[in-house]
Amino acid sequence: MIAYIIRRMLYAIPILLGVNILTFVLFFVVNSPDDMARMHLGMKRVTTEAIETWKAERGYDKPLLFNQASEGVGQLTDTIFFQKSLKLFQFDFGSSDSDRDIGYDISQRMWPSLAIAIPVLLVGLMVNITYALLIAFFRATYIDIWSVVLCVVMMSISGLFYIIGGQYLVSKLLHLVPISGYDTGLSAIKFLILPVLIGVIGGIGAGTRWYRTLFLEEINRDYVRTARAKGLSEVVVLFRHVLKNAMIPILTGVVVVLPLLFMGSLITESFFGIPGLGSYTIDAISRQDFAIVRAMVFLGSVLYILGLLLTDISYTLVDPRVRLS
Amino acid sequence: MMGELVILWTDALIFMLVLFSMAFGIYAAGKEHLRGPWGLVVRSRVGVSTLVILSFYVVVGLLDSVHFHPLLDSKDQAGQQTQSAEVISLFDYLVTPLRERQEKTYSAPLATHLYAKESIELASGEVVRDFPRLTFGGAHLENPEQEWSRDIWRLTGIGVLKGLLVSVVVTNILIALLAGRWKTSFGAVAKVLIKEETTVPWRVLLATLSSVILVLFWSIELSSQYHILGTDKVGEDVFYQALKSIRTGLLIGTLTTLVMLPAAILLGIMAGYYRGWVDDLIQYTYTTLNSIPGVLLIAAAILMLQIYMSNHADEFNSLVERADLRLLFLCIILGVTSWTGLCRLLRGEAMKLREVDYVQAAVAFGVGHFTIIVRHILPNVLHIVLITVVLDFSGLVLAEAVLSYVNIGVDPTMNSWGNMINSARLEMAREPVVWWSLLASMLFMFVLVLSANLFSDVVRDAFDPRLRSSR
Amino acid sequence: MVRGWAVLSRRAMLLAFLLLLSGCGERAWNAPYPSSEAKSNTYYSSFSERPKHLDPARSYAANEYIFIAQIYEPPLQYHFLKRPYELVPLAATEVPKPHFLDQTGNALPDDIPADQIAFSEYEIVIKPGSRYQPHPALATRDEGGFLYHQLTPETIAKVNVLADFPETGSREVTADDYIYQIKRLSNPKLHSPIASIMAEYIVGFSELSSTLGSASSGAANGKAGESEFLDLRRFDMAGVTKLDRYRFKIRLRGKYPQFVYWLAMTFFAPMPWEADLFYSQPGLEKRNISLNWYPIGSGPFMLSENNPNLRMVLSRNPHFRGERYPDEGEANDAEMGMLVDAGKPLPLIDKAIYSLEKEGIPYWNKFLQGYYDTSGVSSDSFDQAVEFGSGGEANLTEEMLARDIKLATAVETSIFYLGFNMADPVIGGDSEENRALRQAISIAVNFEEFISIFRNGRGVVAQGPLPIGIFGSRAGLDGVNPVVFDVENGKPKRKSLDEARDLMVKAGYPNGKNAKTGKPLVLNYESASAGPDSKAQLNWMRKQFKQLGIQLVIRATDYNRFQEKLRKGTGQLFMFGWNADYPDPENFLFLLYGPNGKVDHAGENAVNYDNPEFNRLFDQMKNMDNSPKRQQIIDKMVDILRHDAPWIWGFYPKGFSLYHGWYGNVKPNLMANNTLKYKRIDPEVRNQRQQSWNPPVVWPLVLLFLLLVMTAIPAVMVYRRHERSAAR
Repeated sequence: MIAYIIRRMLYAIPILLGVNILTFVLFFVVNSPDDMARMHLGMKRVTTEAIETWKAERGYDKPLLFNQASEGVGQLTDTIFFQKSLKLFQFDFGSSDSDRDIGYDISQRMWPSLAIAIPVLLVGLMVNITYALLIAFFRATYIDIWSVVLCVVMMSISGLFYIIGGQYLVSKLLHLVPISGYDTGLSAIKFLILPVLIGVIGGIGAGTRWYRTLFLEEINRDYVRTARAKGLSEVVVLFRHVLKNAMIPILTGVVVVLPLLFMGSLITESFFGIPGLGSYTIDAISRQDFAIVRAMVFLGSVLYILGLLLTDISYTLVDPRVRLS
Repeated sequence: MMGELVILWTDALIFMLVLFSMAFGIYAAGKEHLRGPWGLVVRSRVGVSTLVILSFYVVVGLLDSVHFHPLLDSKDQAGQQTQSAEVISLFDYLVTPLRERQEKTYSAPLATHLYAKESIELASGEVVRDFPRLTFGGAHLENPEQEWSRDIWRLTGIGVLKGLLVSVVVTNILIALLAGRWKTSFGAVAKVLIKEETTVPWRVLLATLSSVILVLFWSIELSSQYHILGTDKVGEDVFYQALKSIRTGLLIGTLTTLVMLPAAILLGIMAGYYRGWVDDLIQYTYTTLNSIPGVLLIAAAILMLQIYMSNHADEFNSLVERADLRLLFLCIILGVTSWTGLCRLLRGEAMKLREVDYVQAAVAFGVGHFTIIVRHILPNVLHIVLITVVLDFSGLVLAEAVLSYVNIGVDPTMNSWGNMINSARLEMAREPVVWWSLLASMLFMFVLVLSANLFSDVVRDAFDPRLRSSR
Repeated sequence: MVRGWAVLSRRAMLLAFLLLLSGCGERAWNAPYPSSEAKSNTYYSSFSERPKHLDPARSYAANEYIFIAQIYEPPLQYHFLKRPYELVPLAATEVPKPHFLDQTGNALPDDIPADQIAFSEYEIVIKPGSRYQPHPALATRDEGGFLYHQLTPETIAKVNVLADFPETGSREVTADDYIYQIKRLSNPKLHSPIASIMAEYIVGFSELSSTLGSASSGAANGKAGESEFLDLRRFDMAGVTKLDRYRFKIRLRGKYPQFVYWLAMTFFAPMPWEADLFYSQPGLEKRNISLNWYPIGSGPFMLSENNPNLRMVLSRNPHFRGERYPDEGEANDAEMGMLVDAGKPLPLIDKAIYSLEKEGIPYWNKFLQGYYDTSGVSSDSFDQAVEFGSGGEANLTEEMLARDIKLATAVETSIFYLGFNMADPVIGGDSEENRALRQAISIAVNFEEFISIFRNGRGVVAQGPLPIGIFGSRAGLDGVNPVVFDVENGKPKRKSLDEARDLMVKAGYPNGKNAKTGKPLVLNYESASAGPDSKAQLNWMRKQFKQLGIQLVIRATDYNRFQEKLRKGTGQLFMFGWNADYPDPENFLFLLYGPNGKVDHAGENAVNYDNPEFNRLFDQMKNMDNSPKRQQIIDKMVDILRHDAPWIWGFYPKGFSLYHGWYGNVKPNLMANNTLKYKRIDPEVRNQRQQSWNPPVVWPLVLLFLLLVMTAIPAVMVYRRHERSAAR
C-alpha cells in the first residue's frame, strides 16, 4: 500500500512537469515579459528603462528556456522557466507580478472558498441522497416519473440563472441576506447562506438523478430481492442494504472532488463578491498575472492528482476485494 | 438576391458533419446492431417529440450556416449589380424584417413605446418627457392605448388559424403517405393513429409537430408588427438574437465533439489495444491535460488566439470571419479539455475487446493490427462514441454561457445565449427591470437543453444493453 | 414519518427564531456590516480592484489616490470649495512664488520674458508641529535607538501584516522628509511615473538618478528582487537644498509655472527615512510588508486595516496636526449648506470603510438599500435615478427624492476622443484627401447620439481638445468647431451627412468606394473593451461609418495588445481618453505635440500627430502664465487642430454622483483627491433609514415551506398504502 502510494507520487512528477511546460508555453506565447511590465507599471508615462528594471527585478529578463550566456548547468537553470516554473515543486509560489506573496494570498483565500464548497458538498449530498432514496422507494409510481422529469428540468436550467434569479429574489426583493460581500468569523454566515443554497439547488438535478440510478441498480440485485423475500420492510431494505452498498460509488465520487474544493467556484465567488480562490483566479486571468495563474494551475493539478490517489485508496477501504498493486 | 457565397470554417465543418451523419445513417441502416437501437429511439414517445423539437433547432441552425454577400440595388460602372461587403446568412435573409427593424433602445415585449422616457419635441415646439412611440413595433396602430390588445388578439387569431391550417395539411399528407405505404385506406390509418396503436408513436409526433408549427406561425404573425421579445439596449430585436444564437449553441455542442472525436477514438483504441508504452504515453497525455483546470486552459488559449488575430489582422476581412474563427477555436479548445473522458472509456472497452475470442483468433491468423482495429474493434465501440456525443451536447451548450460570462467564450460581437445572459446581468439591475433578454435566452436554451437531455436519455437506454436488460 | 415532520418543523421554527434573533433590533437582516458598527461615525464606500501602489512615489491612479491622498500630505492642495480651482497651502504655510535666476544665479525681476530665465527657484516653508501616524518604523526603545530596525529572520517569519508589530511611534515632519521623498522620485529602482518629467526640470535630478542606479546595482550585486536599504540621506540632489528644519528650496531649469500643481500631488509628500530603512529589511517585502502596501503619512487618516481581499479601512490619525473646515467658498456655497461646518476641526468622520466590490450591480443595489453613502450613476441605473426636465436639466426621479437622495454633477476635466493614427497611410498624413476623409468621418460619427445612448446624456460634445473649465477653452458659440458644426438659431448643429459625403468625394471615396479601384473603403477600429456593453457600442460605431459607405472592421483585443498597437502605430482608429493631471491647457495640448509622438518618442501623443506650426505654438504657450496672449495662441492652436482633425473630439464626460441625505458637504472637486476629511455623516439617521428600507419579507419562505409539506402529503399517502399492502 505505502509502496503504491509512493509510486503514484513519483508518477505525478512527470505529469506536473508536463502541466508546467504546457502552461509556460501557452502563457509566453500569449504574453511577452514586456507586455507584463507595461501592464503592471500603469497606463500613464511608462518609459523603456522602467520596463527593463521591472523585468530585471522579477527575473523576467532572462531567456525563456535556454541561456546561452551562462555556463554549464546555468544554461538550463538560469532561465525564466527554471526559475519561475520549477520552483513550484517546492511549493514556493513566489510573488505575483504585482509583488504580493502568492503563498500567503492562497492561504488566506482558501478559507472563504472552503466555507462555501464544504457546506455545498455536505448539504447537497444529504439533500440529493434523501431525495434519491425517496424516489427509489416510490419507484415506478407517478412520484418517480415526475421527480425524474423535475430533475431533468432542473438540470437543463443554466447555473447562471439560479445565481442571477436567486440573488435578485432573495437579496433584492425580500431583503433577507446581503447582496454580496464577505466577513471573517461567524459574521460570514449571513453572506454564505445564499451562495450555499444556490449551489445546492443547482446540483439537485444532476445529483439526484445519478444517485437514483445507483439505487435502482442495487435494488434490482439478488441480495436485495432475498432480503425483501425474508420479509424485511421496504424502509429497512433501503437503508440497510441499498444505501449501504450504493455508498461505495457515491463516496468515491465525492473523494475525487474533495481536494478540488480548495479551488473554489469561479462563478459563484465572483457573483457574490467572496474573496476565495475562484475569484482570485478570475482576477488573475483578467489582469494577466502570469505568476498567479501558473501557481493556480499547478495547485489545481496537484489537487487533481491527489484526488485520484484518494479515490484509489478509498476503493480499497470500502471494498476489500480491490487490492492496489 | 444572393451574391457570392461565403463559406466560413464552421459552415464547412457543420455541413461536413451533416454529410458524415447521413453517411453514418446509411451505414447504420445496414447493420442490425446499430439500426435496432435507433428503432427503439423512434418508438419512444419522448424520443420522437424531442426529435421534432431538435430538428426545428437544427433547421434554423443550418439555414443560419449558409453565408453570402447580399446584392445591392445599385449598379457599378460596368452595369453589374454590386454586392455588399457585409456577410449575411440565408436565415438572416429570410427574417430580414426582424434584422432591420431596429428601435432606438429598450422596449418591452410587444410594446408600442420605448421603455425609457425621452424628451419629445411636440409639433408646438414644446418639449415634454414621455415614452416615445417605437419606429416599428406597433407602428401601424393609430391609437395604441385602445387598439393594442385587440390587435394582439387579432394577430394571434390569424397566426393560430394559419398554423392550424398548415398542421392539418401536414397531418393529412402524412396519413396519406402512411396509407400508401401500409396499403390501407386513409380512414383506417387515421383511426389507428388516433388510438395510437402504431409502433412508432405517430400521434405524439404529430402533436408535437403541430404545436411547433402553431408557435411558429403565431410568432411570425406577431413579429411582423411587433417585437415579440422586446428590444435590447441598442434596439435590436431580442427574438432575432435568440434565434441567431441557436447556431452558436448547436455549433458548440456538436463541433466540439466532432473535433475531438478522431483523436479520442484513435488514441483511446490504440491505448487499449497495444498496451505497453503506447498505453503509458497516451495515459500520460490525457492525465496531464485533464489535471489542468479547464477554465484556465481555455482562458490561456483564447488569449493566445486574440493575439494571433491581432498579429495577422489582414487575414480576417470581416467581423464575421473573426468571430467565426474564435468560435471554432473555442470548440477545439473545449474539445481538448473534454476528449479525455471518452478516450478513457474507449481504452477500457478496447482492452476488453482485445481479449474477445474473435479478435484473438484474428491475431492468431496474422491479420494486421490496423485491419483488426478497423474491422473488429471500431464497430464495437461506436455505440459508446454515440452516447458520449449525445450526452455531452447539453453540457457544452450550458458551458458556453458560463464561459461567455467570464469573457473567454465566443466573440462578444457574436450572437449567443451566453452573451445575452451576460448583458442581462446589467439589465437585471435596472429599475424597472429589463427581464426579456434573460428570459428569451434562458427559454431558448432551456428548451434545447431539455430536449437534448431527454433525447440523450432515450438514446442511452436504447444503445446501452446493460441498462436495457435491467429494466 | 409524522413524528419526523414534527421534529423537522420544530427545527425550522428554531432556525427562524435564531435568524430573527440575529436580525432584530440594531440592524436590518441584509446589512453587509456587523451590528456593532450600526451607529458609528463611519463612511462606507468600496474599491473595485486591489490598488497596485500605495507608495506616494509610484502611485498615479485614481483608485490609489482614494486612499493615499487621505494619508499623505503634500505641501499644497486645491481649495475644496472655490472655483476655478485654486491652490492653497496644506502642509506648507503658503503657496510658493518662483524666483527667477539667470545662468550665473543672479536674481531676475518677476516680469522677465521666459526665454531669458535660466532657473526658477521655489522656497517651500512647511508648518511646524505636523506629526506622522503611529507606525512601527518610528517605534523607539526607551534607551534610544529604533525598536524594529534590526529585525531577525525569525521575527520576520512570524509577521504577516504590519499590525503584528505591537509597538508604534511617531515624530515630527521636517523639511528633510520632503527632500528625502524628492530623492526617492529619482531612484530608478522605484520607477516613479513622473521621474522623466521631473528630470527635465529639477536641477540635479537626472544626475542623482544615475548615481543611485549605479549605487544600488553595486550594492545589491545584481541580486534581483531583494531590496537593500539605500540611504538617500547620503546623496545630494543639486537642485534641492534644505534651508532649516522647516524650509527647503527647489531649483528648476527655465520657467515652469505648472510646477506648483505637482506640489499638490502626493508625489511630493514627506517620507521619513526610518520607514524606508524599516521596509527595506530583507524578508519583509516577501511578506507583502512594503511601502507600496503600508503607507506612513502625516495626513488626517491612516490605513488601519489593509486587506485587499475584503476591505480597506481608514481611521483618524491620532497625531494629525489639525486643520479646519474652510470658511469661504463660492458665492452660493453658503446657501447650499456647504459652510455649515466652517471652522470645525477636520476630519469630520472617524473612519472610512472601503469594501471590495468588483461589480457595479451589487454596489448600486447596496447603495439603494443604504449601505453605501454615495454612488456614481451607471448607464443602466440612470433611468431609475435621473430624469431630464423640460429644459434639459437633470433632476432626480421621485423614487430617489422619496429616499432623500441627492445629486451632484460636474463636467470632468477629461476627454474621450476617437483618434486617427496620423502615421497611417490611409487616414493619416497631411494630404488634402486624407484630411477630407477625417473631416467627413468627424461629421458622420455622431457623438451627441453616443452620449445619449451610452451615457444617458452624461457628457458634453467636445468642440476641441480642451474641456470646459480649463483655461483656453471657449464656452458658448465662440467655442463651436466650424469643421463639424454649423450654428443654427443660436445653437450648434452637426453638419448634414450630405456635406460629409461631399467630403468623401473630395477624399477620393465617393459612396465609400475608392474612385480608382471601385473597392469599398475598409477601416480598422481598435477596441480594448470586452464587457457586455461593448457589443452595443461597437455595433453603434459600425453604423456610423456605414452611413458614409465605409466598412468598419472591429479588432477587439485586450488592453495590453491595444496599448502595443498604439505604441507601434499599427492601428487606424481607436477610442482613447485623457484625464487631466492638473488644470492647465498644457496638460491637454501636449497630447498632440509632435515630439511627444507615441511611436517615435514613446510619449502620450497616441495619434502621432506632428504639425510644425502647432509644435512651435505649443513651445511658446507651454511656459506662459494665463493671459489673453496665451488665450490667443491657444485659439490658433485649436484652429489648426480642428482643421487637421487628428481626433474626433469625442466628449467631455459629465460626472453624476448620488448621495444619501445623511451624507454632507458634497461638492464635486475634480482636482482634489483629499476631500474625505471634509465629509460629514449622520449615523443615527442612516441606521434608522437602513432599517425602514430593508424590512425582511418572510412570507414567501413560509409559503415555500407549506408548499413542500403539501407535496409531501401524497407521498405519505402512497407510503401508507405501500406499507399496508406489504404487511398483507
